[in-house]
Amino acid sequence: MPLLRPQLPKAPHYGILAEFATPADLYHACERVRDAGFTRWDAHTPFPVHGLEGAMGLRRSPLPWIVLGAGLTGAAVGFVLQWWVHASAYPLVISGKPYFAWPAMIPITFELGVLFAAFGAVLGMLGLNRLPMHHHPLFKSKVFERVTDDAFFISIESWDPRFDPSATGTLLESLGARSVALLESE
Amino acid sequence: MAQTESELLDNPVAGRPTLILRSPDFHSITEAVAEPVERQTPIGWWLFFIPSVALLGLLGIAVSWLFWEGIGIWGLNVPVGWAFDITNFVFWIGIGHAGTLISAILFLFRQKWRTSINRAAEAMTIFAVMCALLFPGIHVGRVWVAYWMFPLPNQMGMWPNFRSPLLWDVFAVSVYGTVSVLFWYVGLIPDLAMMRDRAKTGARKFAYGLFALGWRGSVRQWHHYESAYLVLAALATPLVLSVHSIVSMDFAVSLLPGWHTTIFPPYFVAGAIFSGFAMVLTLMVICRTAFRLEHIVTLRHFDYMAKITLVTGSMVGFAYATEFFTAWYSGNPYEFFTFLNRAGGPYAWAYWIMVSCNVLSPQVFWFKKARTSIPILFVMSIIINIGMWFERYVIIVTSLHRDFLPSAWGYFTPTIWDVACLLGSFGLFFTMFCLFVRFLPMVATAEVKTVLPQADPHYGSAPEREIKEHRAALPARRAPEPAPGEA
Repeated sequence: MPLLRPQLPKAPHYGILAEFATPADLYHACERVRDAGFTRWDAHTPFPVHGLEGAMGLRRSPLPWIVLGAGLTGAAVGFVLQWWVHASAYPLVISGKPYFAWPAMIPITFELGVLFAAFGAVLGMLGLNRLPMHHHPLFKSKVFERVTDDAFFISIESWDPRFDPSATGTLLESLGARSVALLESE
Repeated sequence: MAQTESELLDNPVAGRPTLILRSPDFHSITEAVAEPVERQTPIGWWLFFIPSVALLGLLGIAVSWLFWEGIGIWGLNVPVGWAFDITNFVFWIGIGHAGTLISAILFLFRQKWRTSINRAAEAMTIFAVMCALLFPGIHVGRVWVAYWMFPLPNQMGMWPNFRSPLLWDVFAVSVYGTVSVLFWYVGLIPDLAMMRDRAKTGARKFAYGLFALGWRGSVRQWHHYESAYLVLAALATPLVLSVHSIVSMDFAVSLLPGWHTTIFPPYFVAGAIFSGFAMVLTLMVICRTAFRLEHIVTLRHFDYMAKITLVTGSMVGFAYATEFFTAWYSGNPYEFFTFLNRAGGPYAWAYWIMVSCNVLSPQVFWFKKARTSIPILFVMSIIINIGMWFERYVIIVTSLHRDFLPSAWGYFTPTIWDVACLLGSFGLFFTMFCLFVRFLPMVATAEVKTVLPQADPHYGSAPEREIKEHRAALPARRAPEPAPGEA
């Protein structure tokens, strides 16, 4: 399934993977990699390290806008559904209330707004993160198994314009990497 | 385990209490949480699981008999048309609210102590909502037409009445259940990836890996992930307040003395959080002991939870008093009779169980000794849950059993099937919870790791040392408070 596999250009190596000992080491290394002008690279941590997106130079996530759009859509769907049912499709006098009793429609409008917004947040997050992606060249690395435990990594992809197998490795070593390894392409 | 002054100074948030004891490294947190899921099933787990499944079986029998025979097997009848069914519904949905409070509201308020308990509390929410959804589903009697509650096009060309609070309730509770599952699952993704990376067998690697979605812990992923988590917390916060408000409107929008009152939404929300925290206390006391997580779920956490219980319990007590005042002040004889009858009528026994369990007994939490004593916390949590069940029973049954005309008065007595459904719902809840602690990490490790001092990217860096030297030069300060009870 193409969805579950990264679409990678042809290259002998996927890239280079460097392990760092602490969040502080990783943070400073990220600042240097960012300043060196790399674009196709990433850092990997077991937990969200505060401020690391700044050290990597990432822009704000567009996710809140997706959520806003989804939430407003949900609220509109909820409101129009209720209006349509009571004022158009099935007008029925209940307790003498008007057909279009909009204050009584607010709770469900709100609930559907929240429901759509929550799906927008989760599916939007998965979409922006290109998940699910069950296969990735990084998973071939044995040391990378500790990324969800206590290890901190920087990976630089080989199709980054500034990538050079030996010079990039040397740079990462000079930034205090505990180990540096080239990763095979899939 | 005492925290020395210097240890606290090593803390990037120096001066604040350390949340996790024994100064663990990241790996030991992983081990402490993942190990109970990976080791062989302990005997103790079966001791909880088998009775739970037995009760779940009882629920199956009770519900099957209900479907076969109809709701006549329950003790309810005119004038008490709602009794155990809706009491159980409101009770369970209320239990769920503490989980969302811990996972969403405390997250927005940056209460970092929530990290140790939020996973289990959210799981509790989901299982409580499952139990809650059961009762409105089965109390309609003809369950095969329960789909009429949803706005589905059908051959009759009929639509539900969106102007009724009962339909708002269908939407509120099902949206709440769905959003709780989404929130919980998003929180689980990094930990599922952790279980995948630790898995020794192919089956485990596949199962955890499938649901971990290929999470790589990448900062570009964390970046959107944290945004999603924050947004979900911001959505769940008004949602949880709306859900119990809408549940209370099932009653408040009716014209029945004892139900028709504007205090219900805030009063129900406070009661929900009160009972939910009691259930969190019950579960966490058992889990932290059974899985040896005393350093992650510390007495400090229990201290905080007990304080919230005290506050919400007192709010509930205040609401009881306000209801009485309003009934008297309204000058409405039906209203005032209802409340006098609650405290002194045929259900006085239930009313005074409610008051003593919910208002009087939590007052022991004014004392720190009680807030940090595991046996007292455990007993209190059970007492509060009994009291909160009776609160809903009192509201529902006492308001109904005295109709406007004495000729229509009645008295509700539960049948064996009422009791079987109530006990059975506990079976469903504890079965699900047992399965949860057996197969999923019950502490959010990725979040707990963030509250360790060394998780801060400036830990041990130059400015930190300067702060330390600066502090050392200052005259002696008051010694920081050690973790309660663990000094």
